[in-house]
Amino acid sequence: MAEFWDIYLLPALIIVGQILLIVVPLLVAVAYLTLYERKVMAVMQLRKGPNVVGPFGLLQPLADGAKLFFKETVVPTGANKILFLLAPMVTFILSLIAWAVIPFDEGWVLADINVGGLYLFAISSLGVYGIIVAGWASNSRYPFLGALRSAAQMVSYEVSIGFVIVTVLLCAGTLNLSGIVESQKGDLGLLNWWFIPLFPMFIIFFISILAETNRHPFDLPEAEAELVAGYQTEYSSMAFALFFLGEYANMILMSGICTVLFLGGWLPPADWAIFTWIPGIIWFGIKIAILLFVFIWVRATLPRYRYDQLMRLGWKVFLPFSLLWVVLTAGFLVYFDMVPA
Amino acid sequence: MAEVQIKNYTLNFGPQHPAAHGVLRMVMELDGEVVERIDPHIGLLHRGTEKLIEHKTYMQAMPYFDRLDYVAAMSQEHAFVLAAEKLLGCEVPERGQYIRVLFSEISRILNHIMNVCAQAMDVGATTPMLWAFVERETLMEFYERASGARMHAAYFRVGGVHQDISEKLEDDIRTFIEHFPAVLDDVEALLTENRIFKQRNVDIGIVSEEEAMGWGFSGVMLRSTGLAWDLRKAQPYDVYAKMDFDIPVGLNGDCFDRYLMRMEEMRQSMRIMTQCLDQMKPGPVLSTDPKVAPPRRSEMKTSMEALINHFKHYTEGVKVPAGETYTAVEAPKGEFGVYLVSDGSNKPYRCKIRAPGFAHLQGMDFLTKGHMLADASAILGSLDIVFGEVDR
Repeated sequence: MAEFWDIYLLPALIIVGQILLIVVPLLVAVAYLTLYERKVMAVMQLRKGPNVVGPFGLLQPLADGAKLFFKETVVPTGANKILFLLAPMVTFILSLIAWAVIPFDEGWVLADINVGGLYLFAISSLGVYGIIVAGWASNSRYPFLGALRSAAQMVSYEVSIGFVIVTVLLCAGTLNLSGIVESQKGDLGLLNWWFIPLFPMFIIFFISILAETNRHPFDLPEAEAELVAGYQTEYSSMAFALFFLGEYANMILMSGICTVLFLGGWLPPADWAIFTWIPGIIWFGIKIAILLFVFIWVRATLPRYRYDQLMRLGWKVFLPFSLLWVVLTAGFLVYFDMVPA
Repeated sequence: MAEVQIKNYTLNFGPQHPAAHGVLRMVMELDGEVVERIDPHIGLLHRGTEKLIEHKTYMQAMPYFDRLDYVAAMSQEHAFVLAAEKLLGCEVPERGQYIRVLFSEISRILNHIMNVCAQAMDVGATTPMLWAFVERETLMEFYERASGARMHAAYFRVGGVHQDISEKLEDDIRTFIEHFPAVLDDVEALLTENRIFKQRNVDIGIVSEEEAMGWGFSGVMLRSTGLAWDLRKAQPYDVYAKMDFDIPVGLNGDCFDRYLMRMEEMRQSMRIMTQCLDQMKPGPVLSTDPKVAPPRRSEMKTSMEALINHFKHYTEGVKVPAGETYTAVEAPKGEFGVYLVSDGSNKPYRCKIRAPGFAHLQGMDFLTKGHMLADASAILGSLDIVFGEVDR
């Protein structure tokens, strides 16, 4: 019995505890990201934003959640019921499991695997299934078009994201995400982070994650003016909430990946005493918050691309450019004998 | 292998659609994302305005015009009162004319703010709408201070306007004219040179001059082709002849031209408003002919004749000499015309309304053919459709 406890039960319990430690704060963060978005957009648009539920509208996300929770889940008559309900779950779960490999601080990572980058890439590629299944299972016209658009979009931008990740890992010499953060450590502080030497790739990566998370100006799958709400049109109640949570969790995740790859993860911007006193997870959080601010800023500023323009940007601009940059980076590293061991 | 028939994807766009601009229903035939055919269905907001007017006195008929194009209410009122005045052959006091022109131009700005921002919203830019609507609210406040209602004003009368406007209101309109260009500049900063906005609008929904003439387009839709046809210049009514203003015309007839023209028209409207305010002199605002307009309330307190006259006006109404007229104004959306037939009684025998949006909506099919689904909503936005006037 003691053996069973030591070998199986205790580690399992520890892992479950760790998962809860990640997922619960993450869901709270997602809830408050919605408020953050609404508040920031409100300020940009000369409005007040939510300010009625709780002080400064701080309880608004809870009210929204409660409202969605108590709504009826409507399944359209012609829909494939199983797939229809499975799709939001897939989206939601995929947006959570990717966090397993994200390092929040030195050693603060659930699964410190050596192929973290590949794992992330695999998970984010799977994300398209939730959407395409939702669009197909709804058996409705707008969701179907939305799902098709979204599938094409995510596939296109994943290619350039892949090349960006390859560039970073060429420079870092590892696929382990903690290793990538460590590789950005140096005396120069934030000048050592990969976004300086690989600046064009940083920009491409950021734009691609906007597309990957279906955000403005690439929010075609749910383009309100054309497709009502895209693949979510037929969803209501908790099924809708799961999509919503999944989408916002994905935004945080992508910002997290961007932080790890380019912005030095948990590292402080300089090795000064005041900065090093602040725990790494706070730095990590601040960087994510800044990136999320840009997400929202873009949403408040830009109109939406058209489907063909989006495809052109993905395949004819980003793909050749990132491919070229991979070759250039690799050539540079080999020529100057700077390949990391 | 057996031959497979490939059917186009049919999409029902509206009437419950966020970009349907009211209750437009379009049946779209799509080939992938490309629009093959669009069939606009109208009639969902039909209220029988024209028939109702046949059973109302001229004064009672007037408020129906607010409810046609409810985005720019007073422009429609203007057309109707001009038509009735033409049949009556009555003179309008100068101050009344200036106030009418002033508020017609306020209506134009009201309309163009709505349209430009809705067009931006249709291509995905949400912020201009919220910025400019603060100003739109100010303008509606002007409506309210002049007439008592912020939307359905019912302010114009046969023979002038209902009430004089206060000096304070004139000052506030001047203040508005001073700071509104800055808001326009802000909106332009977000849209005009924005690459995505341009990519979404340039060369989209092109109208040629022949097509525009053939389909009965007017207003911005017609001028975007390069034809400088504006009723305010071509056949000036009220005091437009005294106004100094320019008519912006387009070069390509695409959505982007129409957007730019509407922005410029707002600036020109402000010029006209300034001139109105400068040239306006105190005086009566409503015709003093007792056959045309009811007496002032102050007169009624002392004069028996005025009281009787007032009673007649509000029960029987004005008897209009038999005759017919087609009178059109340059409404913000285009040529808004009223064909009024009088049989000599106190009610119009027939009142046919020519709504510019109705003609523009007909163009939806040829404008969108071969464009993508997303362009359809951009084009719809630039057509400036309001269903109140299309369905009537």
